[in-house]
Amino acid sequence: MYANPNSIINPSLWPNGPAPGCFFNFPGTSVTSTSSKSGIITRTQSPVTTGTSILGLVFDGGVMLAGDMLGSYGSMAKFRSIERIIKVNNSTVLGATGDIADFQHLKAIIEQKVIDEDCADDGFTLKPKALHTWLTRVLYNRRSKFDPLWNTFLVAGIEDGEPYLGCVDKIGTAFSDSKIATGYGAHIALPLMREGLEKKPQMTKEEARALLINCLRVLFYRDCRALNKHQIATITKEGVTIENNIELDTNWEVANFVIGYE
Amino acid sequence: MACMMSSMSTSDLLSSDWLTSEHSTGTSIMAVEFNGGVVIGADSRTSTGAYVANRVTDKLTKITNHIYCCRSGSAADTQAIADIVNYHLEFHEVQLGEAPLVKTAASVFQELCYNYRDQLTAGIICAGWDRRHGGQVYNIPLGGMCVRQPFAIGGSGSTYVFGFVDSNFKQGMNQDECVQFVLKTLALAMSRDGSSGGVVRLGIITEDGIERRTVLGNELPRFYEG
Repeated sequence: MYANPNSIINPSLWPNGPAPGCFFNFPGTSVTSTSSKSGIITRTQSPVTTGTSILGLVFDGGVMLAGDMLGSYGSMAKFRSIERIIKVNNSTVLGATGDIADFQHLKAIIEQKVIDEDCADDGFTLKPKALHTWLTRVLYNRRSKFDPLWNTFLVAGIEDGEPYLGCVDKIGTAFSDSKIATGYGAHIALPLMREGLEKKPQMTKEEARALLINCLRVLFYRDCRALNKHQIATITKEGVTIENNIELDTNWEVANFVIGYE
Repeated sequence: MACMMSSMSTSDLLSSDWLTSEHSTGTSIMAVEFNGGVVIGADSRTSTGAYVANRVTDKLTKITNHIYCCRSGSAADTQAIADIVNYHLEFHEVQLGEAPLVKTAASVFQELCYNYRDQLTAGIICAGWDRRHGGQVYNIPLGGMCVRQPFAIGGSGSTYVFGFVDSNFKQGMNQDECVQFVLKTLALAMSRDGSSGGVVRLGIITEDGIERRTVLGNELPRFYEG
């Protein structure tokens, strides 16, 4: 009946219908290139130049994002001035973990969106939740074509007067929370952020900054792909500020107590 | 896995990189001869995948009072080898009745690293001082060859500084110049290699034994960081 999975035309199902195990190209959509032999498309990549953790924290009156400025080429610290946190508009900021090329691809598209919106001149500006939802759709669709954008994004901003923080990963898993961390941050920084927020759910801007800085420091100690050069973005009703090239103090005194290895 | 560039591993909950990778002294190590002894140096990072298992590791391991080794590669393999070499040299010293030669230690390292080359991932620099030949540096890379060099660099971080050392090494440097040379080289390697970092541990081995120094992360020389 189903003669072989490689045949594109299978009369027993429907004319020009799907063969088992293959993608069915719905009429009217553009087709990504396929190998004519198997018809099965797999272009899942491995990332090349990557960024590590991004941290996001909601405080009383706004939200803060933090991340380092490193683009790692495997284990090499190749690009040490990459801005992985960008301002989208006066109420939204975007941070990216993962492949930098994929991030830059999306960044260009988002920047064009902002320009188009400005040209439309209708008084509407992109809200953080809208950007988050759009990103989710894009990433999920790419994943469904086995051609993901190899990133995890944090969207932060002020939505209708309230702070908003959302996350989407390369397979389209999306959620929002008051504290989010990607990459190694999820294992190392998130517990610290949870502890901080449990003690004081409505932190001040200064307390949030101190907590994030401490998390960044621990990540610099414990993540091989981290750099001691960071960006911190703060979004409040007043607007967006992104500080670049922040270097943290580190404490290595414990090294003096270690000799040998037993 | 140990200290080589590989494609990024996906970290999902079932097989994160730090669960499946072995402890590796990713590393930048170095040793330089001078008239009267050697200067040895190493970074202090032990990594399991991309997690820093130990940020204050001591990779300068004692073999005798005047012979030390710098370890790179698998932490387990190099510790095991160093322990065995330590045993052999201690025994040899008792039999000999005097301090053993650096060449002897290097030779024992070579025997182990060569005969077990398929099972080991160990890049070792054996350096020290003896009365007969003064300061010596022996490089014993992955396959188990052994070669004496005026200076040696090793570990994953060394790949980033071959140009620097080739253009900056001079014969006949004194002890302080060697120390600065090692510090600058290791600082450069640590700033580019993700598997190296932390503090720089130095050892200056002369007739009087070893003088250990630690240069903390925030005191290291700084270079272009763009």
